[in-house]
Amino acid sequence: MKRFAGWMLSSPATLAVSLFLIIPVAATISATFTSSDGVFAPYTDFFSSGFQRTVLWRTFEVAAYTTIISLVVGLLTAYVVSRCPHWVKSILIILAVFPLLTGVVVRSFAWLIILGRNGILNNSLEWLGLIERPLALLYTQTSVVVAMIYIFVPLMILVLVGVLENIPEDLLDAASSLGASPTRTFVQVVLPLAVPGLIVGAVLVFTASFTSYATPHLLGGTRQMMMGTFLHQRAMVTFDWVSASTVAAIMVAVIVTTVLVMTRIARRLNPMAT
Amino acid sequence: MTTRLHPLLIVLTALVYVFLLGPLIIIFGASVSDTTFLAFPPQGLTLHWFENIWEISAFRRTIVTSFQVALLGTAFALLIGIPAAYALNRHRIQLPAWLSTLFVLPILVPEIVIGFSLLRSVNVGLDVPVFTTLLIGHTLLVTPYAIRVISASLASFDFSIEEAAISLGSHPVKTFFTIVLPNVRSGVVAAFILAFITSINDVSVSLFLTGPGISTLPIQILAHVEQFFDPTIASVSVLLMVLTIIVMIIVERTLGLTVIAK
Repeated sequence: MKRFAGWMLSSPATLAVSLFLIIPVAATISATFTSSDGVFAPYTDFFSSGFQRTVLWRTFEVAAYTTIISLVVGLLTAYVVSRCPHWVKSILIILAVFPLLTGVVVRSFAWLIILGRNGILNNSLEWLGLIERPLALLYTQTSVVVAMIYIFVPLMILVLVGVLENIPEDLLDAASSLGASPTRTFVQVVLPLAVPGLIVGAVLVFTASFTSYATPHLLGGTRQMMMGTFLHQRAMVTFDWVSASTVAAIMVAVIVTTVLVMTRIARRLNPMAT
Repeated sequence: MTTRLHPLLIVLTALVYVFLLGPLIIIFGASVSDTTFLAFPPQGLTLHWFENIWEISAFRRTIVTSFQVALLGTAFALLIGIPAAYALNRHRIQLPAWLSTLFVLPILVPEIVIGFSLLRSVNVGLDVPVFTTLLIGHTLLVTPYAIRVISASLASFDFSIEEAAISLGSHPVKTFFTIVLPNVRSGVVAAFILAFITSINDVSVSLFLTGPGISTLPIQILAHVEQFFDPTIASVSVLLMVLTIIVMIIVERTLGLTVIAK
C-alpha cells in the first residue's frame, strides 16, 4: 500500500494531463499523417504555398526580434534594478509584476489606442506638424513586434533580476578594485554569470511569442498573419481542420526543438556545470 | 552600494518603466473620455463607459462565465495539484523523473494547440458540452502553477513533523489536513491566486471553446474591438487592472510579491 502512495496521490493529475492533453494533442498531430492524399500531403501542401511559408517565416522573424530586443532591454534594466537599494528594488519589481499580471488582451489593446489612425502617436505627430495625414502604423510587422516587446519585457526583467541578484557584490568589487572599468566588469563578470538566466528568458519569450494569438490578432490583423492567427483562421473561418492541425503540429515541432536545443546550449555554457 | 551605475543606464531604466506603465495609464485616461471614440488625453469626463459594460448583455454574461470557469478550474487544479505536489515531495524516490516533466506539459505545449485539440477531441469528438470542455481546458492550464507553487512551499516543509504525528498515532489523512496543509497555507493561497489570474486572462485555450451564449471575457473583448472602437473596452480593461491590483495586494499580504517573480 505504502509503496504505491506516491503513484496514487499523483494519479488524478497524471490522468488529467494524459486524457485531456497528451491524447487530444497526439490525435491532432496524427490527423496530419492520415490524409488520403499521402502521409506527408498536408505538409507538402503547407510548404508549397508561398503564403503559408510567409506566415511561418514572419512568425520566426517576429519571435526572433521580440526575443533579442527583450533580452537586451531586459538585461540592462534588470542589472540596474538588481543594484538598486532594497526599497527601490521592491518598488521596481512590483511595477514590473503589475503589467505581467495584466492580461495580454488588455496590454495589446493599449497599443491600438496608441498606434491607431486617430491614435496618440498620429495625433502628436500631426500636432507637431511632422506629418500631414495619419500614418498607417497598425497592421504592420513593426506594430506587432513593438506590442510583443511590450508584453514580454516585464517577464524578462523578473527572470533576470532573479539571476543577477545572486551575483555576489564582492565579485563586482573585486573586478573594479583590480582595475576593470564598469563596462568591462559588466561584459566579463556579469554577462557570463547571467547566461543561464538569459537562456531561460530567451526560451520563454521565443516560445510564447511564436505561439501567441491575441497580440498578432489585434495589431497584425489578417494582413500580418502569424502561426497562431493562421491556425485560428483555418480552424474557425475556413473549417479546414487538417490544415489547422498541420499548423498546430509545426508549432509543436518548433517549440520542442527550441527547448531541446536551448537546454543543450545551456548545459554547455553554464560555468557552474561540471 | 559600492557599484556605481552609469547615469545612462539609469535614464534607460526610467524610459523602460515609462514604456511599461505609460500604455496602462493611457487606458485609464481613455476609459473616462466623454467621446464615442477612444481618445487620449480624455476629452471631458464621464463614467458612462463603465455603465455601458453592464448594459451590454454579452459583457455581463462573459464576466460571469469567466469568474465561474476561473474559480471552478482553479479549485479542480488545486484538488488534483495538491496531492500531486505532496507526492512529488514526500514520495520522490518512488516516482520516475519524467512525472514532473509531464506536469509542465500544459505550459510547454502551445496553449492554442491545447485549445484546438480539446475542441477536436473532447468537444466535437466526445460530444462534451462547451462549458465543460472550457472548464477542462482551464483546469489543465492552471494545474502546473498549482503544482509548482505548492511544491515550492512543501520543499521547505520539515516532513519529520508529519512522521512524529503519525508515530504518535495520528491517522495519515488526518495528519495531512491538520499538520501538513496548515504549514503550506500561504503556498496554497499563492497558487490559487496565480491560477485564478492566469485563467481570467486566458485567450488561447478559450478561443476555440466558445458556443451559443458561452464565451469568456477576453474573447468577448476581442469580438467587441472588431466591431466598435469606443471607450467601453478601455473601461473593461480598467476593471481587469483593478482586479489585478486587488490580487497583488492579497499576494503581498500573504507571501510578498517576490513569489510571482520566481
